[in-house]
Amino acid sequence: MLRVLLSHWQRHPLQLATLLIGLIAATALWSGVQALNQQARTSYDRAAAALGGSRTAMLESRSGDSFAQSLFVELRRAGWPVSPLLEGRVQVGGRTLRLLGIEPLSMPIEAGTAPGITGGELQNFLTPPGQALLAPDTLNELKASAGAVLTTDAERALPPLTPQPELVPGVLVVDIGIAQHLLNKPDQLSKLLIGSADHGPRAELRSVVGDQLRYVAADDATDLERLTDSFHLNLTAFGLLSFLVGLFIVNSAIGLAFEQRRPMLRTLRACGASAAELNAVLITELLLLSLIGGLIGLIGGYFIAAALLPDVAATLRGLYGAQLPGQLSLRPSWWFAGLAISVIGALSASTASLLKASRLPVLTAAQPRAWQDAQQRWLLLQGGAALALALVGALLVWLGDSLTTGFAVLATILLGAALGLPAVLGVLLRLGERLTRRPVATWFWADSRLQLSGLSLALMALLLALGVNVGVGTMVQSFSRTFNVWLDGRLAAEVYVSAADEAQAAEIKALLRDRPQVQAVLPGVRAEVKLDGWPTDLLGFADHATYRDNWPLLQATTNSWDRLAAGDGVMVSEQLARRMKLKLGDRLQVPTPTGTWPLDIVAIYADYGNPRGQLGVGIDALVAHFPGIAQTRFGLRVAPEAVPALVSELRDRFHLDNRSLADQSLVKTESKRIFNRTFAVTNALNAFTLGIAGVALFTSLLTLSQSRLPQLAPLWALGLTRRKLALLELGKTMAMALITALLALPLGLLVAWCLIAVVNVKAFGWRLPFAVFPAELAQLLAVALLAALLAALLPIIKLLRTQPAQLVKVFADER
Amino acid sequence: MSANWLLSRRAFAGGLASLLLARAAHAQGFAGLGSEASGFTEVLPGRPLSFPADHGAHPDFRIEWWYLTANLTDEHGQPLGLQWTLFRQAMAPGGEDSGWSSRQMWMAHAAVTRAGSHHSAERFARGGIGQAAVTATPFNAHLDNWQLRGSEATSAASLAPLDVSAAGADFSYALKLRTERPVVLQGDRGYSKKSERGQASYYYSQPYFEAEGSVTLGGRTSAVRGHAWMDREWSSQPLASDQTGWDWFSLHLSSGDKLMLFRLRHSDGRHYFAGNWIGNDGHSTPLPADGIELTPTTETMIGERRVPTSWRIAIPGRGVALTSTPLNANSWMTTRFPYWEGPITVAGSHAGNGYLEMTGYNANGG
Repeated sequence: MLRVLLSHWQRHPLQLATLLIGLIAATALWSGVQALNQQARTSYDRAAAALGGSRTAMLESRSGDSFAQSLFVELRRAGWPVSPLLEGRVQVGGRTLRLLGIEPLSMPIEAGTAPGITGGELQNFLTPPGQALLAPDTLNELKASAGAVLTTDAERALPPLTPQPELVPGVLVVDIGIAQHLLNKPDQLSKLLIGSADHGPRAELRSVVGDQLRYVAADDATDLERLTDSFHLNLTAFGLLSFLVGLFIVNSAIGLAFEQRRPMLRTLRACGASAAELNAVLITELLLLSLIGGLIGLIGGYFIAAALLPDVAATLRGLYGAQLPGQLSLRPSWWFAGLAISVIGALSASTASLLKASRLPVLTAAQPRAWQDAQQRWLLLQGGAALALALVGALLVWLGDSLTTGFAVLATILLGAALGLPAVLGVLLRLGERLTRRPVATWFWADSRLQLSGLSLALMALLLALGVNVGVGTMVQSFSRTFNVWLDGRLAAEVYVSAADEAQAAEIKALLRDRPQVQAVLPGVRAEVKLDGWPTDLLGFADHATYRDNWPLLQATTNSWDRLAAGDGVMVSEQLARRMKLKLGDRLQVPTPTGTWPLDIVAIYADYGNPRGQLGVGIDALVAHFPGIAQTRFGLRVAPEAVPALVSELRDRFHLDNRSLADQSLVKTESKRIFNRTFAVTNALNAFTLGIAGVALFTSLLTLSQSRLPQLAPLWALGLTRRKLALLELGKTMAMALITALLALPLGLLVAWCLIAVVNVKAFGWRLPFAVFPAELAQLLAVALLAALLAALLPIIKLLRTQPAQLVKVFADER
Repeated sequence: MSANWLLSRRAFAGGLASLLLARAAHAQGFAGLGSEASGFTEVLPGRPLSFPADHGAHPDFRIEWWYLTANLTDEHGQPLGLQWTLFRQAMAPGGEDSGWSSRQMWMAHAAVTRAGSHHSAERFARGGIGQAAVTATPFNAHLDNWQLRGSEATSAASLAPLDVSAAGADFSYALKLRTERPVVLQGDRGYSKKSERGQASYYYSQPYFEAEGSVTLGGRTSAVRGHAWMDREWSSQPLASDQTGWDWFSLHLSSGDKLMLFRLRHSDGRHYFAGNWIGNDGHSTPLPADGIELTPTTETMIGERRVPTSWRIAIPGRGVALTSTPLNANSWMTTRFPYWEGPITVAGSHAGNGYLEMTGYNANGG
């Protein structure tokens, strides 16, 4: 029986191809996105579990600076199971690496993911020259081989490089003593990790170290996970969308196959096969196909993920500082999940067909007319569902408050529009039919309506893909326009300097005082706090016109800068304000080493692209509340033409690298580059979705064209040439595609609004001004029509090449 | 990944312990290490021990330990034992260095044993930064908050009085150790041979400590008293490559005599025996190797390991015929390098108690 059923596919290879393409596309995009997410999450986990990661409880100095090593010994001698850690950055060959100095003997077992120091290698790690452990990826990036001895840009020799696959990229792990030497911090530590193993009684922390250190509890959710959550949700949402588009194709292919196999099924039933048997065989067939499609899809997914990984990694690094290895590593669970989703998707996409097959009456003949009636009812039902979805979407906008509801709104809009499309198209086509008098034109509209049911799924896919494209395109455009203006306001100083220490800062300032081309030196201080568990930076502003004139405020009280200078006012970044539901005039309690600092909110400013919260305060007040904080950063106002000379002078004189000395234009270019890459992934997924919709349209037209001859033969017989007929057919396809594309424009703008006003706000905490870009829309419209043209071309050529004998044969075959 | 780490620490402890405690698996390593040992000071006969200097650390020797065991009773007359041990190992010759570049590694073990329970813990530390160290005057041996510490009143000759304390997850103790009697030199005036081929160590003991203090187990503190024995030993090359482990006895006999006995097991079955009879007058006499008989009588299965926990001890020349019984046959140290160490009682020609340490009993019976 299975053979009989499968023979259908042999006779309709294109249908089989459609089905498989649908399955492959659905599985590939979904599993590709999942692979990216999994890769990222694994690396966050590793980073968190690694040394100094947030999974381990620890002690830190209150200021966040390093502290004396003697505190470590005192705590150990008081029964504390602590292990010292020194963190810093080293430059190797122009690349900045995070340097971690560890003490392997006291290190808590649960924090020891990094150094797989085994056997006699512990001795190698500890005794001179020691070892510098690093991820193999990082070793490759440094273009070095295992055992190589590199020198830091500060002219200090690293221990021989030793690759360790368990390590996160971008990190060098060395013995604590070596780290103290490399970072020039003798007898200094930055953290004490606290093991979870019970070491018996310990003295109270305060009695041992007084106020010098504070306890930081272990944290299950890492900062990185929190910060990147919305990014991954975005990816997942796109993956899901592509998956649904793919399933649309599967659904249409299976529905068509079922309709065509109706007589075959009936014959089988008549031959004695029970409905249950038939269903079992149909399901077996489906499982087989979905496994094949799923497997190919998974391989495709792997390649998609591998292709997108560099962009995703760059985005995560640029935006969140997360380090992703450049090599995909997938768990077996990913493969199983991918296959499962393919099978489940195929089954759910064919539920309707399977149900119909099980209820198939043995004796009823094919009832094309009744089927059309049923289609009509189905259309009404779909229209009703679309209206209901639109209602739900509106309700969600009204009531919802989370990112998930934001995406739910998007989903209802898209799904509602897709379901409503056939009804709307039907109405429009009927309207066209009413407005024409000439017979061929009337046939044109009427026949389009007849074709509608066969094409509707493909058109829905096209609508969705176009809608999302318009939506995302509009958002990205709005963003880049806003971002550029905003960046000009934020980076008002021409040169930014970050000195290595206070002594160097003083030297640089002294030098700048003698340079007439430097109009102003604006000191900048940065402190870190946690507000509501959210990592937040405090910026200290000097009272200067540069900020007053340029800083991009969204809302402000009249005397906001004066209040800042007075030390009792604070400016809050937009995302922090949204997150903590703050508004102008509210009072904010900021924790500082010198106690809580009450501040009135005097302004809210845009801080695009920053996953962390940010506060702006007066610099003098900030220094007063964070005594001993490093004052090593400053911005310089310089006449633009004097910038290059000044930058190179500072660079040569103080050995400042690109991290420590940046001219504004460089920073701007870099920021824009990071932002463009952020959306590169979105754009790629977008293009994929559009491509799949094109394929869906193509395959639908191809399948339809095979059943079109009976409809076309009479017109040919009436005297229309094949050329004319082909043009008419093309015209119909293009008309429907055009209508769909035109409908996609308002849908896309709705999607853009939803992204800008709901999703972005929830995901990132900022709201962009909404703008429409007509040129972009026209371009997309053209792309859609071009896609439709390409999709229609092959079926039309086939029609053109149809032999007259074949058209005649239609009448001979007439039952 | 943490398993990996565990492995590494075990390997470390193994590396440290293989030198201290002779592990069959590392037997091959000794030859290599033996040649490397050239930079360390050699153990030679005829070097007079001098106190208090020799109570302190000898960083120019490869390994060293301060090994204290105590047989105690609580206020209800129930017996218990405790152990406090500090090991030092130099990773490379060259003596003492300060800071993280120090070559000295430290490992400490502590345990409390009752008839029904055995609790143990261990610590590791690097030298040079003050986390672990031993100084001779005033005497102070410590790793983290575990310490064995003297005061101004501590005499160089007796190494007493001392305070000892340690704590693990489920136990802690603090004892005062007192005695007026001087330390006892083992072997030939402190030169203790460990094989026929010249392996040796410097070795002295203080077997006369009177101990008094408190032990806390499972949140309950008991007042305890009894006697304690301290072994001090340092060397650069203690064991021959075919020596697979040892069985070591320190016994307090009711006659007031003290007895130290050990058997270094050889892979070929020809074990190396040694011992010292320390008379009530404090006079120490080495026992002839062929005058010592040690025979296991009962074996206990501890996990996959077969460990002889009861023994027959005979020294015919001194009219000694004893049977030893453990207070707790499961006195297994679940440290990175595991071994058996626990209090025992002896009966027969003499009554008494003491401590037994057995190493090198691997899962395969080695």
